[in-house]
Amino acid sequence: MWQPSDSFEIPLDVWVETVIKGWLVPNFRDLFQAVQVPITTVLEGLDLALQAIPMPLFTLALVLVAWAVASRGLALFTLVALAVVDLIGVWPQTMTTLAMILTAVLFCAIVGVPLGIAAARRDGFEKGLRPVLDIMQTIPPFVYLVPIVMLFGVGMTPGIIATIIFALPPIIRLTNLGIRSVPEDLIEAAYAFGSSPRQVLWEVQLPLALRTIMAGLNQTLMLALSMAVIAALIGAGGLGLIVYTGLGRLDVGAATEGGLGIVLLAMILDRITQALGSESTTKSPGLLETLKAFFRIRAPANPPGSGGQSVS
Amino acid sequence: MTEKIVVKNLSKVFGDDPDQALEMIRKGKTKDEVLAETGQTIGVQSVNFSVEEGEVFVVMGLSGSGKSTLVRMLNRLIEASEGEIRFDGQDMRGADAATLRKLRLEKIAMVFQHFALFPHKSVLENVEYGLKVARVPAAERRERALEALRKVGLAAWADRRPATLSGGMQQRVGLARGLAVDPEILLMDEPFSALDPLIRRDMQNELLELQRELRKTIVFITHDLDEALTLGDRIAIMKEGRFVQVGTAEEIVGNPADDYVAAFTQDVDRARVFDVASVMEPPEALELAETDAGAVRARLDELGRDALHLLRDGALAGLVTRRSLAQAAGGGGGPLEGAMVPEMPRARPGDVLRQVYDACSAGLPVAVCDEEERFVGVVTPEAVFELLAEDKNAPEEEDAPDGEEKAAEAAPALSA
Ligand SMILES: Nc1ncnc2c1ncn2[C@@H]1O[C@H](COP(=O)(O)OP(=O)(O)OP(=O)(O)O)[C@@H](O)[C@H]1O
Ligand SMILES: [Mg+2]
Repeated sequence: MWQPSDSFEIPLDVWVETVIKGWLVPNFRDLFQAVQVPITTVLEGLDLALQAIPMPLFTLALVLVAWAVASRGLALFTLVALAVVDLIGVWPQTMTTLAMILTAVLFCAIVGVPLGIAAARRDGFEKGLRPVLDIMQTIPPFVYLVPIVMLFGVGMTPGIIATIIFALPPIIRLTNLGIRSVPEDLIEAAYAFGSSPRQVLWEVQLPLALRTIMAGLNQTLMLALSMAVIAALIGAGGLGLIVYTGLGRLDVGAATEGGLGIVLLAMILDRITQALGSESTTKSPGLLETLKAFFRIRAPANPPGSGGQSVS
Repeated sequence: MTEKIVVKNLSKVFGDDPDQALEMIRKGKTKDEVLAETGQTIGVQSVNFSVEEGEVFVVMGLSGSGKSTLVRMLNRLIEASEGEIRFDGQDMRGADAATLRKLRLEKIAMVFQHFALFPHKSVLENVEYGLKVARVPAAERRERALEALRKVGLAAWADRRPATLSGGMQQRVGLARGLAVDPEILLMDEPFSALDPLIRRDMQNELLELQRELRKTIVFITHDLDEALTLGDRIAIMKEGRFVQVGTAEEIVGNPADDYVAAFTQDVDRARVFDVASVMEPPEALELAETDAGAVRARLDELGRDALHLLRDGALAGLVTRRSLAQAAGGGGGPLEGAMVPEMPRARPGDVLRQVYDACSAGLPVAVCDEEERFVGVVTPEAVFELLAEDKNAPEEEDAPDGEEKAAEAAPALSA
């Protein structure tokens, strides 16, 4: 039976090629190169630093962080997990991956939080942004790997750019959501006392949206980690590369080592950022608490005169 | 007295074409008709009033009558559709963003129904907020915030989070936040309606006490008539976006403008609204040394009363009644000393009638003396009962055999 494509086919592939190869690449090469500079700088700095820190020192630091923000349990888990990562011999790659993830998340936050704030403030902007975010979240990353390679070449930085595109939507969405769900009466109260819009943002909206923004950051972090292997396809290194080469050589052992490293790193980072987000809810006496309690001058447990005080 | 707030012809329409809606209203359509025909809601409609410095102006009305819309228009949290707002003669509606901010920072503060305290800030930081956005240096604003907290009796709670305080305490923090900026005008949108009745009464008393000291100009919104009568120097009754009556408590209860206001006020305890001065008659008394029993009787007959006050050297000495006269002398013109009862009911002109009710029930006239103990008037039982006659809530008379009556009432209920 006849179907439209028998008579006519839209040459979409040709169009896209023309736009990208014929127009975007030659005209904007410098711009795309310039975009890479800050990312490369941050990444190289972080990678250098993380590789330079001795494994026991890094482990100790992260264990303390886990204890301070979460619980003793997580501190213990962090200790064991990092030890395993070292023992299976993927420590340097883990640090590279960590540097990549942190770089990607940093730039996601730098771009995403302001975009989320802007979306929360202007309905029109949010309407325009929403379909873009939907596309970013549904399009398979493999689709944009090709144009990224064309525009940015191969290597670590293009890998991070792909990661940023993939991981950006949650932090924008949740920043927007967090700011929009600040109760209207609090905003009204802030304005009634003469705040400027900027003061309302910093004094009321951002602090109250912080938990939601942290949840967005956590999601962004997890998405960035899940891109580790895909980013390796276009030249990013780290644990993703171990898995990718393992795949190529059908080396199931190497792939497992890389995979385990990613999973353990993901679990540690997930728990720590979650604990940051749900700040001081239910946790066993943490390190910070213990230290604080130690140095605090004992405050009176109950202020005098509970109910119905009269005015003097 | 200067007029602090002047509002002229102020209206608010929620919708896309306010002018059209206002035009329809002017042609006599009702709020509901405008809503049905244009889909626009009339929030407030041609409201006029002025508030004097140091006055508590209460706006009272049922839910949806436009009270919040009105008070929010005053500090422009809602933009008015039409009309004029002036604070100290300064035009509010035409003010640009910077002037508006300055006014909000320095002149007008607001207290909210649901407190609207910032949950992420401590009590002190909440109270400091207005000063912080005004960029007052940290040390000074802390001092002023603590001072405001002291005024409402919560200084000890400065470092707590609002969520750890009870409702009444949270509202006192809200009040302190308003007071900390030392505003000339306080806008209060149903500040006490989220509180339970006992605490509400406390807060009302506290506000009155603070007001006596601070003399702020207050616009107070409530849907509770009792609260309005307790707090308001003047009261506006609002219905469907309009003021149906503006006046003092006594004017509103004693002389309701229409059936709507009358329906509101019929259940009011008039004995708590009207004061002694409103039923007081000119003082009638005789000088003890210059009179005798016969003269007193003649005077009583002349006035048609049963009791008369006596003076000694111009000062109130006591009371003689027909009964005490009869008991003392059995007639004749003997000395009055024996017939005089030195203990007599007294009141001040500002006391509400409830306070003299018992004396009136006993049939005695109440001597009204001012602050310098000058005898300025008499309240007769007849005058009090006449004023309270329309009031269903008047307390039962002391000497009524209510025990029996109650038993009689209860009996059918028991047998049923
Ligand atoms: N943002 C808005 N958009 C449309 N209509 C509104 C808006 N705010 C208020 N209204 C309407 O304006 C009228 C007055 O509302 P307002 O909130 O001022 O009443 P209120 O007297 O404060 O009532 P309550 O005692 O319940 O607080 C109501 O009919 C309401 O539906
Ligand atoms: Mg209201």
